[in-house]
Amino acid sequence: MRSVEKTGRTVDEAIGAALAELGVPKSDCRIEVLAEPSRGFLGILGTREARVRVTVKESRAELAKAFLAGVLERMNTEAAIEVRPRGDTLHLDVVGKDMGILIGRRGDTLRALEFLTNLASSKGSGEALRVVVDVSGYRKRRERELEEMARNLARRVMRTGQRAVTQPLEARDRRIVHLALQGSKRVTTHSEGEEPFRRVVISPKERPGPEDTE
Amino acid sequence: MLRDLVLFIAQAIVDEPDKVTVNEVEGERAVVFELRVSPDDMGKIIGRKGRVIHAVRALVQAAAAKEGKRATVEILE
Repeated sequence: MRSVEKTGRTVDEAIGAALAELGVPKSDCRIEVLAEPSRGFLGILGTREARVRVTVKESRAELAKAFLAGVLERMNTEAAIEVRPRGDTLHLDVVGKDMGILIGRRGDTLRALEFLTNLASSKGSGEALRVVVDVSGYRKRRERELEEMARNLARRVMRTGQRAVTQPLEARDRRIVHLALQGSKRVTTHSEGEEPFRRVVISPKERPGPEDTE
Repeated sequence: MLRDLVLFIAQAIVDEPDKVTVNEVEGERAVVFELRVSPDDMGKIIGRKGRVIHAVRALVQAAAAKEGKRATVEILE
């Protein structure tokens, strides 16, 4: 974290000197007043200058990356982090050795890693940013698998006319299934059940029966 | 190294990082990390429905498994 300490005759003067050195606007900094100025006795004895410490605030993106890097290092994994900001979502892609360890069974470890990265980087910052962590393209692969499963189930529903139900899925996975079948003319999707056992139900779209037609 | 991991994660989450301590206890079957935080930070480190401590354990267990060990994290008051 970049930080400087400056002195001046007044607090403002000290802050001004610090900002000039850091070269950033005041709004991007955290300011601590270490000592108020004192004029002393008759302006001679015990005069003291104002002293401030000005620290450049880290953005959530920087905090998130620093946290993830710190965790990976302490987990003894050799990995690099690729940062891809996309709108209000920050993608952190981890690539390297021993990636299976970071994914875990059914992505459990990856989920924990992402959850804690979001938490640690939101501390003391109101900046709205969602951090998505991926390891060796695991999420992308999972997304493709879910889409394929959704299409297979949809085909079965169309063939049999019976509804089909997925295994329990977490919210983000259910969303992938809903989106995959959103454009379908013949099936419709909705979720049923309580977390963590909520599933997606794929049912045939009701066609107007003979009674409904004129 | 594992102890560092517990400390690093806990300090990144709580409001008072200087009050975090981690004690390593060698158990019969697993290493236990005893985590202490400021009383005001208890809620933060546990999380709603224990989500935070659950995630911390998941990472520590994964890191331990890599070294062929078992490890767990307990929060002490």
